[in-house]
Amino acid sequence: MGGSGDILGNRLEARAKDGLVRFPCGACPSVAGRYEEIGSELREKIAKMFGRSLAIREVDAGSCNGCEIEISALNNPVYDIERFGIRFVSSPRHADVLLVTGPVSRNMEAALRRTYEAIPSPKIVVAVGACAADGGIFGDTYATAGGVGRVVPADVYIPGCPPRPELLLQGLLLAINRLRQEPGGRGQASSGLARS
Amino acid sequence: MLSISDVVIGILQAAVIMALSPLVTGIMRKTKARTQKRAGAGVLQPYYDIAKLLRKDEVVSDQSSWIFRVSPWINFVAIGTAAFFIPVFLAYSPFGLAGDLLLVIGLFALARFFTMLAGLDVSSSFGGLGSSREMMLSSLLEPAAFLAVFVVAVTYGGTNISTITEAASGSALLPHPQLIFAAIAMFVVMLGETGRLPFDNPATHLELTMVHEAMALEYSGKSLALVEWSQSIKQLILFALIVDMFVPWAIPQYPGPMAVGLGLSAFVVKVAVLAAGVAFLESSVAKWRLFRLPDLVSVAIASSMIGLVFYYL
Repeated sequence: MGGSGDILGNRLEARAKDGLVRFPCGACPSVAGRYEEIGSELREKIAKMFGRSLAIREVDAGSCNGCEIEISALNNPVYDIERFGIRFVSSPRHADVLLVTGPVSRNMEAALRRTYEAIPSPKIVVAVGACAADGGIFGDTYATAGGVGRVVPADVYIPGCPPRPELLLQGLLLAINRLRQEPGGRGQASSGLARS
Repeated sequence: MLSISDVVIGILQAAVIMALSPLVTGIMRKTKARTQKRAGAGVLQPYYDIAKLLRKDEVVSDQSSWIFRVSPWINFVAIGTAAFFIPVFLAYSPFGLAGDLLLVIGLFALARFFTMLAGLDVSSSFGGLGSSREMMLSSLLEPAAFLAVFVVAVTYGGTNISTITEAASGSALLPHPQLIFAAIAMFVVMLGETGRLPFDNPATHLELTMVHEAMALEYSGKSLALVEWSQSIKQLILFALIVDMFVPWAIPQYPGPMAVGLGLSAFVVKVAVLAAGVAFLESSVAKWRLFRLPDLVSVAIASSMIGLVFYYL
């Protein structure tokens, strides 16, 4: 393989999405249909760690809004994240969790850092989507910082373009579990992907 | 003079208001979730939120002054004091000797004044926006509130809340048609004062449409818990005033175990029905454009005026 023939499309053929995208960990298929299960586990964890109340602040750091559509789906009647004691708030000062999407464009870099500083501890940072993990299709260019982890210490990365609401919920669960491992403070920056 | 039992009753009534106020907020959120075909958070969620905020850190802007720090406390003390004058499970409040309905409105104004200052204090653009809107709305809502209260006061002979509730529970609504107009006015004023739709959307995340929430954006931790709790208390006080003045049925005149139980359950049921009604109303109206809101307030003022005319007829 290789050479310019591939790029010009000589050997490429139309494929189903399953053939094009290989899930590295099998995470996405395995969470499908498990929303209620993950949700009730998450509710128990929130009861232990945050007194049954978790507030999320969502920051769009240069995302294409694909992830935002999935995140706002969490609030609709189908997913209804409020019943697990989670709600989205309008100020970082009210929040426990910082949910970041996008590759962090240069214009959003300072804003994201200041949003992180505005959140009272204990706090968790969750990077949502492929762009937030390593820049995604935007990559690491002069215009982007190339991932959330380079600007603020992200606790959990949720893969997917965009990730399903089930996976978002599982990512939150993982983030809260990581918080427990390090008592007396928030988790360190590292690259734990939301694996099942 | 006040006897010991009177003092105990007065403190108990205020404690009931303070303790039940987050529950009312929870009932309203649950009702709204149900109208959207969602399960929603439990009715106790506001208690959990407050408890969590008390345990969290506090982040304060380095641009802020002492006003920002004391404002939640002044808010809480002013609104908490107002709770002492409200009859809950009895037709009178023993501390009613010290303050009447006008003082309650005055204490609300004091709390709001400091909230508006705090909104300006942190020099965040949204705080100033919220303060200016709140100032505009409150300058319209306060006269409307006073007028509605005056209609009730002239009917029952005094602005003392205990006098009003005692007289109201002993009389029927039918000989006093002006009270219906006062009730309409008071309902509109209550919607505005508690920041409900169509005045203000308490569930919004859009800073550009916020009124009250915009001034609370900068608060975190314990201060935010105080701000949210005092807002709930204020809401329950206004609900209780409407219940006491316009539907004072099954409120006992004298203390006793049976009477208190009956009065308390009647109070809880009436307030819950009112709260669910307001939540339904909120689900069915959109937020009004800011400059249309004076029209709604003028409806309240006109309604009170009609009430006054009916009184003198």
